[in-house]
Amino acid sequence: MALLSKKDTSLILDPLADNNPITIQVLGICSALAITAELKASIVMAISVLFVMGLGNVVIALMRNVIPSKIRIIVQLIVVASLVIIVDQVLKAFAYELSKTLSVFVGLIITNCIIMGRFEAFALGNGPYRSFLDGVGNAAGYGVILILVGFFRELLGSGTLLGIPVLGDPIAKTGLYSIGYENNGFMLLSPMALIVVGIIIWVQRSRNRALIEEN
Amino acid sequence: MLEHIELFFKSIFIDNMVFATFLGMCSYLAVSKKVTTAVGLGAAVIFVLAVTVPLNWLLDTYLLQDGALAWLGPEYADYNLSFLSFILFIATIATMVQLVEIVVEKFSPALYNSLGIFLPLIAVNCAILGGSLFMQSREIATLGLAFNYGLASGIGWFLAILAIAAIREKIRYSNVPPPLRGLGITFIITGLMAIGFMSFGGMLTGGGSEDNVTDAKVAKEEEKKEPAKEEELEENAVSFNQAINK
Repeated sequence: MALLSKKDTSLILDPLADNNPITIQVLGICSALAITAELKASIVMAISVLFVMGLGNVVIALMRNVIPSKIRIIVQLIVVASLVIIVDQVLKAFAYELSKTLSVFVGLIITNCIIMGRFEAFALGNGPYRSFLDGVGNAAGYGVILILVGFFRELLGSGTLLGIPVLGDPIAKTGLYSIGYENNGFMLLSPMALIVVGIIIWVQRSRNRALIEEN
Repeated sequence: MLEHIELFFKSIFIDNMVFATFLGMCSYLAVSKKVTTAVGLGAAVIFVLAVTVPLNWLLDTYLLQDGALAWLGPEYADYNLSFLSFILFIATIATMVQLVEIVVEKFSPALYNSLGIFLPLIAVNCAILGGSLFMQSREIATLGLAFNYGLASGIGWFLAILAIAAIREKIRYSNVPPPLRGLGITFIITGLMAIGFMSFGGMLTGGGSEDNVTDAKVAKEEEKKEPAKEEELEENAVSFNQAINK
């Protein structure tokens, strides 16, 4: 017996493209936009969400038969909040500078709609193993978009990737800068995140026309 | 008094929840198809923010901050419980939303019918938790200012969702490229509006304090008159681009 049946594989792979949480389901936009000016922050955020979502889905799936449905939102919030506190404390201890950059957005993982959405839609009705796969898949779909946006914003905005200059030195005019290329500082400002995500949606829907909306 | 006015306009325009910090984007995108529903959700957000931010301010000041427990006695002065703030804030918000729902249902069925369906949504709206977390990280000084901050942030969010809903109602008559229809174009319009709102950034700098206040009022009136004028926002964008290039 294979480790992943066909159904399980689709749980992980679907959210990466055709059922992406950000571009198709429109969940979890807030943090996706605010912290993507640097690739490094995007990667850390993606990993944090992966951790919170994978574990959170397992915990909720284990408790799904004992949670009274009337108070399930509060129970879910408490589970996520506890996991996020762990992430926050780890970041503060091992990556203090980064946790300053992410500021309140680590805390806002709690209200990230993807997490609540997957709890409601999947973990409350499925076993822990499949919920784990679902959580990992959705968090990965979220992370892919985050890293894509972070990649373009950092590359075009400051000419670096993960802080390493890749297009040459803008002051000494080497590399691309020697032929008159300039960094587009506008990419680092927050509105461009929205426009980059808009363009990603555009490209994705042009390639897969089944996703186009009516109006 | 002046700092109240300053914080009020700063929170509405310069630090606008949606355009400057992208908080509450999920419900902003999902519930902005019609103006009437947008108004309902916006009003609920103003209400809940104005209640939860001061409450969480009290929690933060008297329970969570470094040394906040000093009022219990000198032996408690060393405690720093701020790592608990996430869980406490979200619990307060979830409880308050539930409480507000019950109270509104009891005393004003009409208001409940218009706000009711949105209230459960609000517990998981990033704008509400974000309001409390920003209140904490910006170290807002007094309870009055915290209330002011919550109210003004709510109004800013309300204006944003009202504007985008109005634009989306109009854009139905435009010929948008099919892959961009719906979500894609909404993202791009929001980006342009955010660029427009960046021009408010200079509102509270430079000049006498008197001028600032009148400026802010004029700006507010303009905003109310034409929230749906995209062209103007695009012009703003162009001028902003030029400013950056300089």
